[in-house]
Amino acid sequence: MSDHRIELTVNGQRLAETVEARKSLGDFLRGDAGCTGVHLGCEHGVCGACTVIVDGVAVRSCLMLAVQADGAEITTVEGLAKSDGSFHPVQQAMRDCHGLQCGFCTPGVLMTMAALTPEGGHAREEELLAAMSGHICRCTGYQGIRRAIRQLAGKNDAAAGAHA
Amino acid sequence: MKPAPFDYVAPPTIAGALETLAEAGGGAQVIAGGQTLMPLLNLRMSQPFILVDINKTAGMAGITHDGSATRIGAATRQAALLVDAELAAKQPVLVKAARHIGHHQTRNRGTVGGSIALGEPAAELPATSVALGAELEVHSLRGERRIKAEEFYLGPYMTTIEPDELLTAVHFPLWPAGTITVFREVAQRPGDFALVGLVGALHVEGGRIARAGLAWFGMGPTPIKARQAEQALLGQAVDAVDPARIADLAVSDTAPFEDHHATADYRRRVGQRIFARTLSEALNEKQPA
Repeated sequence: MSDHRIELTVNGQRLAETVEARKSLGDFLRGDAGCTGVHLGCEHGVCGACTVIVDGVAVRSCLMLAVQADGAEITTVEGLAKSDGSFHPVQQAMRDCHGLQCGFCTPGVLMTMAALTPEGGHAREEELLAAMSGHICRCTGYQGIRRAIRQLAGKNDAAAGAHA
Repeated sequence: MKPAPFDYVAPPTIAGALETLAEAGGGAQVIAGGQTLMPLLNLRMSQPFILVDINKTAGMAGITHDGSATRIGAATRQAALLVDAELAAKQPVLVKAARHIGHHQTRNRGTVGGSIALGEPAAELPATSVALGAELEVHSLRGERRIKAEEFYLGPYMTTIEPDELLTAVHFPLWPAGTITVFREVAQRPGDFALVGLVGALHVEGGRIARAGLAWFGMGPTPIKARQAEQALLGQAVDAVDPARIADLAVSDTAPFEDHHATADYRRRVGQRIFARTLSEALNEKQPA
């Protein structure tokens, strides 16, 4: 078993660590980088809870090795809100629309939403809905998530229907 | 749910990767996107002593076309298939199949070569390569060889690739302009493993079927070419095709298994229905005047 020196950026912060070859990116982010918002559910790529953004795209952090992230730029749920605590639009939409219940799947859902919502623009509703097939919400709170997606797509009736 | 320990190398060149594979004598496993392999490692169904990561190996990714085929580098991401207008025009079947591979998040990492080389029987790309008559470009220190996709698969996750060989690219032949696309997949949810799937292409000339390439996925231990159905279709006038009869022939080439999602009989019945319906729709839609 080999150890490897990796350097990567996590939520804007430069990290240099030595990792065992078999360590998953998800375990590295939780255990070494302190990003406990990365939730490991199934650990075989089915549930989507561990989704993070690697070099601009949403990926499963349980299906990637930490050593493979050498040189990568990673964003986890901890990196979404601004430093003053104000929400990222995807967080705001999920809050407005009651898009979470127990919250276990939420960090992964947020990262897919963030990857597919252009900065300062609207998400494409169909694309985002299709990408949600990669997430399982065991509370089955999908309707709130769907409303949040409508809000991100610029459909203003979404928040109004939050309590329906 | 943690992999057994292994060593790891990320060779910058194909030659370096081939040397490691040759030295390892069967104990190495190539990793690209890892979207099929990582679950197998996490579940300890695969326990290599060294992983050879080809993500940063030069010359492994990219899509090029020549007069007769499209060459897709093995480490090309599945997501790259969906944003390429030229590919969509030249390989419409491949692009249609790619939309059904896993999820958005797994396609961002998963590769064309990884899916084809590992040979999950319910996966879209192995069956697509068999249906379209693709050739696999394989390298080792001993040299290069080409393997026909239809001769590549031996069983679930078992192929004719040797332990010292690396799949470097897949060559999909260009089908004539106007080729009819055939694709249908039945799964419990979008992105789940297919219970039954059908993929292929038909080319019609002068009202008759001049070329047919059809394959099943999720209908046996490997992707399965629907040879009897292809033979029966060749030369047939489009108006004279009896979809139900061809579908019966196609199903008779399959060897579906039973698991906790579906019985073998269910797979055969659904397969017969979707084959007949998909064939009928495909021929009616594109039938030349």
